[in-house]
Amino acid sequence: MALQIIPAAVVVIGLILYTLLAGADFGAGVWQLSAGGGAHARAIRDHAHHANAPVWEANHVWLILVITVLWTAYPQVFGAIFSTLAIPIFLAALGIILRGMSYALQNAANERQRRYIDLSFAAASIMTPYMLGTVIGAIASGRVPPGNALGAEVGSWTGPTSIIAGFLAVATGAFLAAVFLAADAERLREPLLVESFHGRALISGVVAGGLALGGLFVVRSDAPRLYDGLTSGWGLVPVVVSGVAGLVAMGLVVLRRFTAARVSAALAVAAVIIGWAVAQRPYLLPTTLTVEAAAASDTTLIALIVSLAVGAVVLFPSLVLLFRLTLAGRFDPTSQGPPSATAGAVSRERRKHAAQTGIGFFIAGFVLLTIAEPTVAHIFGLIFLGIAMLVGFRAVGPVELAQRPAPEVSGRSLREILRRPR
Amino acid sequence: MTEILAQDYLLEARQMQALSFVVHIPLVCIGIAFPALVLFVEWRYLRTGDELYRTLARRWSKVLVALFAAGVVTGTILSFELGLLWPNFTATFGGVFGLGFAIEGFSFFLEAIFIGIYVYGWNRLSPRAHFLSGLPIAVAGVIGSFMVISVNGWMNHPGHFTFENGRVISSNSAKALFANSFFWHEFIHMYVAGFIVTGFLVAASYAVYALRGRWGRYERTAFTVPMTAAAVAAPVQILVGDWAAREVAKNQPIKLAAMEGLGQTTKGAALHILGWYQNGDVIWGLGIPKLLSLLAFHNINATVLGLDTVPLADQPPVNVVRYSFQSMVFAGTFMALVAAFFLFFRWWRHRLPGSPWFYRAVVLCAPLSIVALLAGWITTEVGRQPWVVYGYMRTADAVTGASGIPVGYGALAAVYLALVIAVGWILVRLARSPMPPTPEDTDAVHPLSRTE
Repeated sequence: MALQIIPAAVVVIGLILYTLLAGADFGAGVWQLSAGGGAHARAIRDHAHHANAPVWEANHVWLILVITVLWTAYPQVFGAIFSTLAIPIFLAALGIILRGMSYALQNAANERQRRYIDLSFAAASIMTPYMLGTVIGAIASGRVPPGNALGAEVGSWTGPTSIIAGFLAVATGAFLAAVFLAADAERLREPLLVESFHGRALISGVVAGGLALGGLFVVRSDAPRLYDGLTSGWGLVPVVVSGVAGLVAMGLVVLRRFTAARVSAALAVAAVIIGWAVAQRPYLLPTTLTVEAAAASDTTLIALIVSLAVGAVVLFPSLVLLFRLTLAGRFDPTSQGPPSATAGAVSRERRKHAAQTGIGFFIAGFVLLTIAEPTVAHIFGLIFLGIAMLVGFRAVGPVELAQRPAPEVSGRSLREILRRPR
Repeated sequence: MTEILAQDYLLEARQMQALSFVVHIPLVCIGIAFPALVLFVEWRYLRTGDELYRTLARRWSKVLVALFAAGVVTGTILSFELGLLWPNFTATFGGVFGLGFAIEGFSFFLEAIFIGIYVYGWNRLSPRAHFLSGLPIAVAGVIGSFMVISVNGWMNHPGHFTFENGRVISSNSAKALFANSFFWHEFIHMYVAGFIVTGFLVAASYAVYALRGRWGRYERTAFTVPMTAAAVAAPVQILVGDWAAREVAKNQPIKLAAMEGLGQTTKGAALHILGWYQNGDVIWGLGIPKLLSLLAFHNINATVLGLDTVPLADQPPVNVVRYSFQSMVFAGTFMALVAAFFLFFRWWRHRLPGSPWFYRAVVLCAPLSIVALLAGWITTEVGRQPWVVYGYMRTADAVTGASGIPVGYGALAAVYLALVIAVGWILVRLARSPMPPTPEDTDAVHPLSRTE
C-alpha cells in the first residue's frame, strides 16, 4: 500500500513546488503585462525579469518531474488525463514554448522588440497557469474517465470547478510573485519598487483569497464529493491552515515584513493543493480509478522510488546552492583572474607522442570493433576508439594550432568564380 | 468510433511527433557536446590566464543558454506529446519505460540548475568554482540523452516484461532499459554524433569569418577547438556506424532489409547504392555483388533476411528508410573526408589550411551534419514502423482518440517556425554584438541578471 502511495505523494510535492516556484514566475509575467508604460513600468518589468532569469528553467522542471512520475507509476491515469484534456494541455504547452522563447530572446533584443517579447511573455504567463488550473479542476470534479479520450473534449475542462481553479492558479501566482518580488526589491534597496509590489501583493492577495473562498461555494454545487472531502475529516485541516496562513501573510504584507510573508504565502498556497489531494483520496481520477488500482507493478514502483531517492540526494543540495546564490543577491565579486601562465603549451614532442598513441588506439579499435566478432572485443574496441578520440584531440592541440601564425584565407570568392566562368 | 477517429489522425500525429523531434534533436547534440567545449576553453583560461579564452568561453556560454532555453521548451513538448498523441502507448507501457524518463528528469534538473549558476555566475564566483559549476552541465547532458535513448532502445527491442491481453502484467524496468543489447550502439552512435554536429556547427560559423577575411587568433581558436573535436569524432563515427548496422542486422533484420531495400531473403546479398525500391527489388540502383552479406555478417555467402519474411502489413515504408540511411552514409562520409583532410594537413604542414575550399567544405558540413543526424533517426524510427513497441503494439493502436490533431499540428508548426527563426536571430545578434576583452562589472544592482 505504501509503495503505491509514495509516488502519488511525490506528485503532490512536485505540484506544490511547481505552483510555488514556477507559479511565481508566471505571476511575474502578469505584473509585467499590467505594468503600463513609462520608466517606472520599465523598472517593474526589469525587476520581474531579472528575478526569474537564472531560476526559471529549474522551476519549470518540476512539471517534467510530475509528468514522468505520473506516467511511470500510474500510466493509465496519465493516458486518460492527456487524451481527454488534450486541448488545455496543448494550450499550456504552447504557452511554455512562448515563455522559453521570450527568455532566450530577451538578452538579444532592443527596446522596441522587447515590448513585443514582453507582451507574448505575459500572455503566455496567463494562459499556461489558467490551462493547467482547468486541468486540475477537471480531474478534481471527476470529469476525466479512464481510457483513451473518453471524456468530453471541451466540456470536461470548462465546468465551474475548472474555471475557478484556472483563475485561482493565475491569482495565486500573481500574489506569490508580488510578495516574492517585494522582498527582492527590499533586498536591493529599491523603495519605489517595494511600494509598487506592496500594493500589488495586497490587491492580488484579496483577489486570490476571495477566489478560494468563492471556489468552495462553486465546488459545493459542482463537485459535492470534493466539497465534502474539503469540509469534513482530515480535509478540513489544510483548508483551515490555508485560510489562517493566508490571513497571516496579508497581515505581514501590511506590516511590510516581506521575508516572513513569503513563507506564510507559500504555506497558504501549498495547503490548497494538499487539501485537494486529501479530499480526493483514495482516488486519482474521482470516482473511477483509485491510487491502488492505477499503480504500476511493484518492481517498477520500487525502481522508481529508489531512483527518486537517489535523485533527491543530488538534487536538493544543488537547488539549495542555486537559491542561496540567487536570494543572497550577490556572489562574492572576485574578478581577479587566476595566476597566469602556470602551464605552457603542450610541447611538440608530447603531441607527436600523442599522435602515435592515438593512431595506435584507432587501429586497435578498428580491429576489435569492426573485424573481431565477440561482444567482449566490441566493448574493448569502443573503449579504444574513445581513447583514440581523446588522445587525437590532444595530438592536434587546437589551442597550439590556433596560436601559430596562419596564412590569410585567400583565393577567388565564389561570387568571382560564378561571374567569370572559365 | 474512437478506432475510426484514431485511424484518421494517425498520419498527422506521426508528422507532429516527427516535427517535434526534428527541432529538438539538434539541440540535444548541442547539450551533449557544447558544454564540454566551453569548459575546455575555460580550462585553458584557468591554466594560462589568457583573457582570450575567457572571452570565448563567455561568448559561447551565452549561445549555450539561448539554445538550452529552446531545448527545455521543445523537450517539454516531447514529454507532453507522449500523452497528447500516444496516450495508449504510455498508458500501456508507461510502467516499463517511464523510469528512464524519471531519471532523465533529474538530469534535466541538474542541467537547468547549473546552467543558471554557470551563465549568471561569471565574475561572481571564483574562477575555479565557476569552472566546477560547469561540470555538472556536461555530465547531466550525457546522462539525460543516455536515459532517453535507453527508452528508444527498448521500443526497438522490447523485453523484460510479461504481456497478456493488451496489458503489462509484470515488468522489470531497470533490466528492460539498461540490460538491453539494442541500446548501446544507439547511444554511442548518438554521443559521437553530438560532437560531430556541435563541432561542425560552431566551426562553420567561424569558417564564415575566415572566408570574409577576419582571421585573428580569437577566430582561429574558436574555429580549431570545435573543428578538432569534430575531426577526431567523424572518422570514428564510420566505424561505430558500421558496428551499429551489424547490430541492427542481428536484432532487427526487417529494419536492415528496409535500409538496404532487400525484398527477398538472399544468400550472398548485393549492396545497392541509389535506385528506387519497387515490388521487392531496387531498380536503377548501382549494385555491388555480395557486399551486403560481407558488411552485415562478415561472410560473402551469408544469408540476409529479406522483407518477405514478414507480411506486407508489417513492413516499414522502404524508400523513406532506405534514402534516409543512404543520406546519412553519404553525409557522414563527406564529413569524415573533410575531417581526414584537416588531420592530414595538421600532420603535414603543422598549420591550418589556407585554401578557401577547405573552409567552404566546413561551412557545408554544418547543414550536412544535421542532415546525417536527422536521417539517422528517421532510419531507426521509420524503420521500426508499423510498430511503436516492436512486435507488441502498432503505432496505429497507440494514437490518441482526441480530435483536433490537425489543428494542433498546424499551431505547433507555426510556433516552431517562429522558434527556429527566433533562435537563428538570437545567434546572429550574439555574433554581431561587440564584446570587450575584459568585461566590466557594471550591473551591481541586479548582480545575477545579465549574461554579459
